[in-house]
Amino acid sequence: MVPEECTYTKEHEWVCNEGGVAVIGISEYAAVELGDIVYIELPESGSNVKQMDPIGTIEAVKTVAELFSPVSGEIIEVNEAIIEHPEIVNRDPFEEGWFIKIRMSDPGELDNLFSFEEYSEFLGEQED
Amino acid sequence: MALKTPLYDSHVERGGRIVEFAGFLMPVTFEGIVAEHETVRTKVGLFDVSHMGELSLTGPGAVDFADYAVTNSVASLDEGQICYTVCCNENGHVLDDLLVYKFSDERVLFVVNAVNAEKILGHLRSIAPAGVKVEDQTAGTGQIAIQGPAARDLLVSDPFFSRVAAGIKEMEYYRFFTFEHEGAEILLSRTGYTGELGYEIYLPAEMTKGVWDGLLDGGGEHGAAPIGLGARDTLRFEPGYCLYGHELDEETSPLEAGLSWVVKLKKDDFVGRDALAREKEEKPVRKLIGLEVTGKGIPRQGFAVHHDGETVGKVTSGTFSPTLKKALAMALVKRAVPKKAKEITIDIRGRAAAAVRTPLPFYKGSVND
Repeated sequence: MVPEECTYTKEHEWVCNEGGVAVIGISEYAAVELGDIVYIELPESGSNVKQMDPIGTIEAVKTVAELFSPVSGEIIEVNEAIIEHPEIVNRDPFEEGWFIKIRMSDPGELDNLFSFEEYSEFLGEQED
Repeated sequence: MALKTPLYDSHVERGGRIVEFAGFLMPVTFEGIVAEHETVRTKVGLFDVSHMGELSLTGPGAVDFADYAVTNSVASLDEGQICYTVCCNENGHVLDDLLVYKFSDERVLFVVNAVNAEKILGHLRSIAPAGVKVEDQTAGTGQIAIQGPAARDLLVSDPFFSRVAAGIKEMEYYRFFTFEHEGAEILLSRTGYTGELGYEIYLPAEMTKGVWDGLLDGGGEHGAAPIGLGARDTLRFEPGYCLYGHELDEETSPLEAGLSWVVKLKKDDFVGRDALAREKEEKPVRKLIGLEVTGKGIPRQGFAVHHDGETVGKVTSGTFSPTLKKALAMALVKRAVPKKAKEITIDIRGRAAAAVRTPLPFYKGSVND
């Protein structure tokens, strides 16, 4: 995944469109903010979700965060490796640490999300 | 306006993530909670604990007054000895948990939680007899905790502390001594909040950064690293140490929180004694237990605990234990919950996660080595 080519949500998820399949993960910023991730819960593949549905839970040592689906569609794959080894997400949030793949029912929804530049600007505002 | 400890600039220089805690700007992490936790469990880590409150009690009758103000026995301490204790109100509920250092019959030091320092200062002054002076020395005092199996090796090899190396090697758990440096008194105690071998240093604020930097920058071979508040919490959690605002508060008695060993009902009168004697007689309503989540999720403070379909209490602290690699919780529950209780669940955001009782402490470290 190339960070510059992904789109982002204000919940700090990244989405990479691979021919109509959205690959979803959390941004480097989110991984750092959460700290050491120790437990991840994701839905079964095969289920259908709508944009902004909660689709998972990320527990760090001190905090918990909810994962929301950035797009609508069918979940076709979840990353079992991060369920076994959640620390992968801290180490490599953009590649090995992806969460879930969704076959999008409406790829137009991606237009509602931040571009890389917009997300960077958004992060700048968060810092202030 | 949040206060800065004498080490604030050092934390920023060393990449600490700063948060406000109990009115102080403190580092919550440096390298990351799990890595810092492991450093303390296997090597040695340094904590800035300058935010802790130091209240000095001096004058004729200082020890007798201290004995009246807290539940543990200060009178029976040797000079140079320390006790862990709680300070209760008349209801026998906990105003704070603290360390009491006995220098002599006329000089005692209370080390209290930052969040409670003003409350305890006011409380002590309101009950102190004429002749006992209660002074807040927090602002002028820096405090550093050195914790981990290599803590002793680090200290005795440090140029600042090598002059007292013999004393450090001999010092037993919960003992302290003082020495002079440039006319100022430096206090060194064998105490800590991690379950590991460790020491705490109290020194003038203006000397703190020099000593801190010396220990960290000269401590390479012993692996010394700065540790933030995040790991301080997971490190105290595993050995089952109470944290004020979690296991202890003004609605909880020390008998419920597993601290009956610091309540000396046979000593002379003390604040909260009647209530605690009655409670002991009638048996405490709640008890502090350990739980391991066998289902999914991580328990957190405030989550409800159920047994046989009934709500029996709540989680006081919960986390993923970096050492034991388990989701664990301390919980205050009704005394009737049996040791081998089955069907315990913790309500993790609306879902019942299965849990089993597991003995406290969860972990025993090098504290007595």
